[in-house]
Amino acid sequence: MRFTKDHEWVEVDGDVATIGVTAYAAEQLGDVVFVETPAIGKVVKAGDDLAVVESVKAASDVYAPVSGEVVAANDALSGNPETVNQAPEGDGWFVKLKLADPSQVEALMDRAAYEAYLGTL
Amino acid sequence: MSHDLKITPLHAAHLDAGGKMVEFGGYELPVQYREGVLKEHLWTREHAGAFDVSHMGPCFLTLNDKTGDADADHAAVSAIIETLVCGDIRGLKPGQIRYTLMLNDAGGMIDDLMVARPVWPSRQGMLYIVVNAGTKEGDFALIEKAAAGRATLARADDRALIALQGPQAAAVLAGVLPESAALTFMHHRRIDHEGFGLTVARCGYTGEDGFEILVPQPIAMEFWGRLLADARVRPIGLGARDSLRLEAGLPLYGHDADATVSPVEANLGFALSKRRLKSGDFPGAARIVAEREGAPKRIRVGLRVLEGAPAREGAPITAADGAEIGVVTSGGFSPSLSAPIAMGFVPPAFAEPGTALKVLVRGKPQAAVVTAMPFVPHRYVRNA
Repeated sequence: MRFTKDHEWVEVDGDVATIGVTAYAAEQLGDVVFVETPAIGKVVKAGDDLAVVESVKAASDVYAPVSGEVVAANDALSGNPETVNQAPEGDGWFVKLKLADPSQVEALMDRAAYEAYLGTL
Repeated sequence: MSHDLKITPLHAAHLDAGGKMVEFGGYELPVQYREGVLKEHLWTREHAGAFDVSHMGPCFLTLNDKTGDADADHAAVSAIIETLVCGDIRGLKPGQIRYTLMLNDAGGMIDDLMVARPVWPSRQGMLYIVVNAGTKEGDFALIEKAAAGRATLARADDRALIALQGPQAAAVLAGVLPESAALTFMHHRRIDHEGFGLTVARCGYTGEDGFEILVPQPIAMEFWGRLLADARVRPIGLGARDSLRLEAGLPLYGHDADATVSPVEANLGFALSKRRLKSGDFPGAARIVAEREGAPKRIRVGLRVLEGAPAREGAPITAADGAEIGVVTSGGFSPSLSAPIAMGFVPPAFAEPGTALKVLVRGKPQAAVVTAMPFVPHRYVRNA
């Protein structure tokens, strides 16, 4: 699993990356009440808006950690947005992207680097 | 956090309780504690929540030359405040609180506020006033100008103002201040505690039964701790305060009302006194009387958002045909209803409950319906 400074995670299987928000992000967001995911087929570049996650208080953007085409979105979150809080780095995944450039994943932080980064916040 | 921010007498208690501190109205205050907004909100609806609202603007306005005639002195101090507000302050009975609106000459809202008449005969000729945090400097200046040396304004915003709200609030407070049990909704009294005078008002901003208690600084931490020691009470942050008042249909000044919005537009017509309307002796009366007889250009309504994401402040409101007709001024997710709710302004032709409208969230139209407020019924205790 790889991580961004914006607290997204990426898990790669073949040429498909599963993307979600980290446990730290879920904790900071508080109770998630709504998740907006992109349409299948949407093409995003790294850094583009990918999804929106809403708590009682506010809406927060989730950015694409890497470039690619949306091949799946986690529809289960529409009925159970609290899954993001319960299993942020598992069943609470948001989107699967077909990677445009797998080398972008290598540039992201590994868990040790991400945890070191969290220590600086 | 910037050191320009003011802190309240309860600041250390918030840090101890894991409060997530944010800037609000120039103060550093907890937006939530460890449990989060959703659980804090539901706890308040089911039990009792304690809120630090010391950032608000409590003050006492006291006549300089009292005659000793209780009614005459009350009338004299009321006459000062009535030059600024549209409510019947003179008609308050001892102990009674009135929600009223401070208006500019164009009939727009400078603030919404509470004005209360003391119970004790020896304190007549004084008013207890609580204004909003973000507007208090301007409000206090306007009150002092209106008093013109005939009355003195004493700020009380160095004290702690604690709201205790929820169905178990009365039972909790009766254990600490037995005299509070005799108060009914929109009444207050001074209660002595540990050698200090507390001003205890049965009112609030959640739609629940509850109290707002003005506590002198030396005993503020002890009093807060005493409330929180009761297992029925949890500390509640500003996040849940906002979602609770939204469900209760209560406007937030600076969002659902501002200096351009009239009381009629804000759907706060109940705050217009019959006597004052008849005499037309308050700022902006001409516009307000005309809007009551005709129709305002826009009116504040409640909306249930029937699909998709919560519609938040600034989201455009459209008619069913897509024509833009208004804007959301407050909105979010209702923990009690498990659905998004909002309030906003639309022309009167679209204000009838049941009217199908749309809200645009990130450009996407979502179905919404005009809904009578409150979204969650008020549970005020009018008879003790």
